[in-house]
Formats: sequence, structure tokens, C-alpha cells
Amino acid sequence: MPVPIQSTLGMLGDNLKKRHSALPIGRKAAIGWTRGLDIPRGGETVLYTGQMWQMVPAINAMAGRLAKYEKSGSTRLFGFARSMNKLVNLTPFLARSTPAERKAFDDRLRNIARLLQAAGVKFGYLYEKDLYSGALAYDEGLDENFSAHARYVYGVLKEAGVKRLITVDPHTTNMLRSVYPKHVPGFDFEVRSYLEVLAEHTLPTRKSLDRSATIHDSCVYARYEGVLEPPRKLLAGSGVALAEPELSGKLTFCCGGPLETLFPSKSHEIATKRVEQLKAVSPKVITACPLCLANLSRAAPADVDVKDISDYLAEAHLPAEA
Amino acid sequence: MKVDSGFLHTLHLGGEFDANLCMNCGTCTALCPLGIELMPRKLFRRVLLGDKESVVGQSETIFSCLLCRMCESNCPAGIHIAENVRSLRTYLNHEVYGLAEA
Ligand code: SF4
Ligand code: SF4
Repeated sequence: MPVPIQSTLGMLGDNLKKRHSALPIGRKAAIGWTRGLDIPRGGETVLYTGQMWQMVPAINAMAGRLAKYEKSGSTRLFGFARSMNKLVNLTPFLARSTPAERKAFDDRLRNIARLLQAAGVKFGYLYEKDLYSGALAYDEGLDENFSAHARYVYGVLKEAGVKRLITVDPHTTNMLRSVYPKHVPGFDFEVRSYLEVLAEHTLPTRKSLDRSATIHDSCVYARYEGVLEPPRKLLAGSGVALAEPELSGKLTFCCGGPLETLFPSKSHEIATKRVEQLKAVSPKVITACPLCLANLSRAAPADVDVKDISDYLAEAHLPAEA
Repeated sequence: MKVDSGFLHTLHLGGEFDANLCMNCGTCTALCPLGIELMPRKLFRRVLLGDKESVVGQSETIFSCLLCRMCESNCPAGIHIAENVRSLRTYLNHEVYGLAEA
């Protein structure tokens, strides 16, 4: 028995409309990662997370719950959950993550911000106005919900006087750079991934990593946004010798992440296949997307080490955090 | 099979449905990580035939596409396959699930 599509998407659309997020995670979970980093508020260039990294632990927890429903077949609950969700926000109950998981994902954001600082890039942050892009609603074809939300985000960015956005995951990059301009008249911000920005700067070197690893390109960076060279250049500059898997670059194989919510078992099957392909080249796998990281990590056996590219870059270029 | 002529019309209005350019070569299906025979070539055939009933009956398959664009990487006709699948989702959300409110 699959998870009921209609109710699950209905909840997603309702949340976007009422709460401007797919999975409302609360203020502390959304901006807590900035603690002690002294990132100025606002400015013409801002780091824009679109809350993706912050949401992944909750998505993970929710996928775990949904996988149970998928097995048990107790899906009648969903219609009820959707109508309740309109009144009280139910998603946090459905999606409970552990503090350790949240910290692991927050630390990636901290590293990304610190890397940009170390490279001398000047940027601010919008804090509670750093809103979700609506990527999931767009992917699932909830076009009206998505468009209304995109216009809302545009208003927030304009009002804050933003001109340039530095994004930290492929999905938000794709939404803001390629999809928003088609849906929001006047959307004219310059949007670049932090990998593209960092690749143009010089990072201070603390240590050369001198190890080999393999890279998993995200479908969205590779086939939607053409971000292939920057991660490779940055890893080479950190002393990582990359062994490319057979399916890589423009021909990368999906991590299965997009199916996590609606079809958890299919998602796991695809991730397991991808891990096999990567493992054939190296037991050290580097991702550049929070969803790829989460999905491949879950499918990886103990002898495969899946890490985000920011983990490697931080180790090579930043002092350890106290 | 019932042919629904309004079906294609609605889809064309909805987005960039360009599967009518498909050459039926099957490369996309061979590359697709889902490994579902229907995806994506045969699904588009059914859409183009106006076989709305069977397309609606396949809604689960339509929502299982990863939008990963692996299929597009070698499509000789340059079809925007993932965008076509997305248009089908929009269609289902509107016409079948009643999820069109903004
Ligand atoms: S975009 Fe969809 S149809 Fe195309 S390869 Fe990926 S999963 Fe298959
Ligand atoms: S690869 Fe392109 S032309 Fe060939 S069957 Fe698929 S959609 Fe049609």
C-alpha cells in the first residue's frame, strides 16, 4: 500500500500556503546554525539556504514514519491528518529528528559560511526571512501553490534590498536561478552556488588531504544547472584525487532522494544501486546536496563513508571549531 | 480504450508538453533508473493517444518519476521528458485530486 499521494501533497500545499514552508521547522531549527558566526543581517549579497539543509533531518524522520505506513497499509489516517493539518500544524509531530542529526546538518551550513568568510567573500544573511524555495511543490506539479509562494519570496527579497544570492544546495539553486524567473515577473537576482563562488576565490590551505575518493554528482547540479567543474576544482585544490564512477557528470545516476516521501522503498532501492556503483570505485563518497547525502548515507553499508563536499573543504581549509 | 480529445488540449495549455516529437526509440526507458517498462516512452504514447483513463490509472507511476533527466541525456529528439512528466502531475493535481487552489 503506497502512501496516499493526494493527502500527502495536499498537506504540502497547505503548509506552503499557510506557513510558507513545506515542513515548518520553527525559528530555532531554521536559523540556529548561525550562532557565533557574526553574519550581518541582509545586504546586497546574501547567503540563501532556502532551509534545505535544516529540513533534511525532519524529512529523514518523516520518511521513516511514512515507510512504516507504506508497510502497514494504515493509510486512512492521511485524509484525517490533512484536514487537521489545516488547523494545527501536524508536520513537526510526524517529523521528529534527534538533536545529533540536526547538529550534523547545521555543521555543514556553518562550514559553508566559514569557507566563504575565509575566502574573503562579503555576504549577509536574511535570518527568519531566509525562506524555503518551494522546490518540492514545484516538482510535484502543485503549480498554483508554488507560483504564489515564489511571488511571496520575491517580495521578501526585494524588500530586503537583495541583489545577489549565494545558494548552498542544488535544488534551491535551480529554483531561484532557472524556475523563478519563468514564474515571477521581474525576478532578476544573480544566483550562484557557493561552489561556483568558492571556485573563483583562493582559500587558505591548512592541510592537503592527500587521499582519494569518488564523487556523486547531483542530478540537479549536473543536468539542470551544469555545475560540474567547481566541485572538482575545489577538491583538487584540497588534495583529493578523484576517481570518477562509471556514471558521472552529465550521466550521473540519481540517489533516489526525490522519492523519499511518496515511495520510500523504491527510493531506498535506487540509493542502494547507486552506492554499489560508487563503491566499485572508492569507499569514500563525496556528495554536494543534502538530499543526496541523506539518501546515500542511509543506503551505505558500514564500509562506505559518505560525506558532503563541505566536510572535505572545511578539513583542508579551516581551523577546527571549538 | 476511450479517447479523450480534451485531455491533450488541457495538457498543452498547462505547460511545455512536447512528447509529440518523440521518435519512439526507447533510449529513455533503457536509461531510466526506475526500471518501469511504462516509463517514460509508453506513458507518453498513451497520453498522445488521448487515453486519459489509463493515464489517470497510472498516477502512481507518474508521481514516481525522479525528474532526474537521465532519460533526456541521450534523447535524439531533445524532448523535455521530465518537464512533460511534471505537466502530467499538474494535470492530475488539478483534474483528479482537486489540489489546484493557490
Ligand atoms: S526523469 Fe523520470 S523518466 Fe526520466 S530517467 Fe529520471 S525517473 Fe526516468
Ligand atoms: S529517447 Fe526521446 S525520442 Fe526516444 S523514445 Fe524516449 S522520448 Fe522518444
